[in-house]
Amino acid sequence: MKPCIEVVAIDCLMVRLFEVIAEANMPWMLAATQRLRAEFGAALVDLVPSYTTLMVHYDLTQLTPTQARELIDLALTDLQPLAQGSGQCHVLPVWYDLSVGPELTLLSRRSGLTVEDVIRRHSAHEYQVFALGFAPGFAFMGLVDEVLATPRLNTPRKRVAAGSVGIAERQTAAYPVVSPGGWNLIGRTPAKLFDRERDGYSLMQPGDTVRFEAVDHAEFIHLGGDDTPLEAQA
Amino acid sequence: MSRLIIEASTPLCLLQDAGRFGVRHLGVTQGGALDWVSMSWANWLLGNALDAPVVEITLGGFTVQAEDYCLLALAGADLGAYVDERAISPGRSFILQKGQRLRFTQPFNGARAYLAAPGGFDAPTVLGSCATVVREALGGVDGFGKALAEGGRLAYSGTGGAMKVLAKPELQSGASLDVIIGAQIGRFSGQSLFDAFNTEWALDSRADRMGMRLLGTPLHYQGPSLISEGIPLGAIQVPPDGQPIVLLNDRQTIGGYPRLGALTPLSLARLAQCLPGEKVRLAPVVQEAAHRQHIKFLQRFSQSL
Repeated sequence: MKPCIEVVAIDCLMVRLFEVIAEANMPWMLAATQRLRAEFGAALVDLVPSYTTLMVHYDLTQLTPTQARELIDLALTDLQPLAQGSGQCHVLPVWYDLSVGPELTLLSRRSGLTVEDVIRRHSAHEYQVFALGFAPGFAFMGLVDEVLATPRLNTPRKRVAAGSVGIAERQTAAYPVVSPGGWNLIGRTPAKLFDRERDGYSLMQPGDTVRFEAVDHAEFIHLGGDDTPLEAQA
Repeated sequence: MSRLIIEASTPLCLLQDAGRFGVRHLGVTQGGALDWVSMSWANWLLGNALDAPVVEITLGGFTVQAEDYCLLALAGADLGAYVDERAISPGRSFILQKGQRLRFTQPFNGARAYLAAPGGFDAPTVLGSCATVVREALGGVDGFGKALAEGGRLAYSGTGGAMKVLAKPELQSGASLDVIIGAQIGRFSGQSLFDAFNTEWALDSRADRMGMRLLGTPLHYQGPSLISEGIPLGAIQVPPDGQPIVLLNDRQTIGGYPRLGALTPLSLARLAQCLPGEKVRLAPVVQEAAHRQHIKFLQRFSQSL
């Protein structure tokens, strides 16, 4: 890892840690996040992680660009990866069903697996949360089993139900609220992914790990899920 | 408490402050006043914190009637504002007596006006701010991201200071926008770098609080495709069609299009006062110089008396 610092705005510097998306990046990203938060303290406005980068937004009334660079250098000096498991581990119940996950058929056809095997593969892996974006609480997770990797829909849906679980290439995610979306939908979770009343607001934070657990319809409803089929939601 | 009843509004009339911070890593956008300079002056006129909640009125179509005696201040664009039949220019505080109406008719100079009240308009703080972001259902008077609407109310609880007028209410718009060069700028073709900073750009009508598109000679990015990364305020991203988009307060938090850099905050305030069709030019600046200029500018708010 050879970090570099790039200017991106008057009060933002991009810390580029890696060139490719990999699960092995995460312990380093978490360590850098921790150190940067500590070094910048109250002068930090926002720290935006993505797959390979951390964008540092600092208070320009407190720091000059040069001082900000020095703090980043300091934070990255002798950086050691954080041990696995420093993020939280979540289990998201998912009702995998064609009525709420119409692309189960497509994934099955593309992979040559049965629908049951598609579900098994998706729920067998422990995913990492690489970044949040697109909408509040929308977590980009990966990496999905290569055999399930599927490009986004050619035409995004105008309306994707809250809780919908989808796959795009080797990433998976769940939609926190109703929104437009182009991911391949395979199921729905009853979990509340973003809650303005909750401490920390978002169920998942960058660096957390997530496992999906298949539940049947009765359990999904019991957990508060909405089973309205996708097409029926106008 | 003093109150105003909203008699006319549009989806572009929103309660705003400086925006949400400390939550970008959760995918929550910034929001906040697009012309932060005019928001600051509106608040300054009443002795408020410079980022107290204000009403951002874009293009006009907004009318309020005072239910009580109200002290207010106006800054930013000249949107043809009237108190009953008396025209009122931006850059001053003024009184609305009970029953009097304040209305904004149409844009004469600039695009966005800011209306302030003593202590700021009342609104719940949601994730640290009352900035209205309709898409995320956050902020605003109701806390759930609704634009100001006919029949709604605005209230404030502060008490006003002295009546103030700005000696030289300045509204800077358009013309030259400073771009802090950075991000992937080195990966654009030489010709594109020349075109970016030496040709005129017209503001497209496809513009909202997420971004404004610039129309002109297409720019060519020659680097590899990018992995999504954090997007700062004012970033100028160039999608495959080569027409740059300036990303504004309601932008998505991460994205994967290459960028030339980002506008300075002062240039963003100027851009916020431009109307579709207006022509702008981009000028390259380095981060250190822009930082010094910005800090110097901020001193105006403490020096102006």
